[in-house]
Amino acid sequence: MATIKIPTPLRAYTGGNAEVNVTGATVSAILSDLTTQFPDLRPHLYNGDELRNFVNIFIGDEDVRFRSGLDTEVEPGDKLRIIPSIAGGR
Amino acid sequence: MELVISTELHDRLTHHLENTFPNEGGGFLVGHIKGDTRQVTEVHLVENTFASEEQFHRYLAEAGAFQRIEDEADARGLSLLGYFHSHPDHPAIPSEFDRTHAWPYFAYLIVSVRGGKRAESRLWELAANRESFIEGQLSFSQAVFEEKSVNGNH
Repeated sequence: MATIKIPTPLRAYTGGNAEVNVTGATVSAILSDLTTQFPDLRPHLYNGDELRNFVNIFIGDEDVRFRSGLDTEVEPGDKLRIIPSIAGGR
Repeated sequence: MELVISTELHDRLTHHLENTFPNEGGGFLVGHIKGDTRQVTEVHLVENTFASEEQFHRYLAEAGAFQRIEDEADARGLSLLGYFHSHPDHPAIPSEFDRTHAWPYFAYLIVSVRGGKRAESRLWELAANRESFIEGQLSFSQAVFEEKSVNGNH
């Protein structure tokens, strides 16, 4: 069991919970479990089968892009976090 | 969605956006959520980290800024309400780029800055199906909202 922190704008989809218990051996499996528990999250995290490029997944203080991306292994007790990059333009 | 912000805080953020002209600027809005109303109590100005040659029409707040401001808000019982950014010499209407990068339940305050002076501020919220923005109500209060008057327990 690991935990994942949900960013404020998505907490409406997790019953207002900022942190959710999740299971899985990799980041990909964790996100699959998360979106199975809360299906309405999926369109905001994925574009088709691809994770949106402004969605950043951290384990502790490290962006998983600097490890093995979605294949990064997750240990029980790890604290994951979804952190958006906020972008806009005219 | 209604966003209530003091004229003082609105002046602060628009002054920042005038200073970043002709480039885009932006930052985060922190405060309280009561039903469909967002009450802004803090404005956080955040550096535009998009590639410098693209900043005339793009704004990016890095994940680190989001993380820091969200953590500070959570720790103090406040909420990260949304973010603001400028559209230099362009209407305060969301672009396709805004839509594809937007988050639900977030207040999107867009400020049109023309010739270096603020022209118009409008509030938007991403529709749940992500296909469009819905315009919200932007309301101004005269004084900075006091946290104690919201909690009612001070």
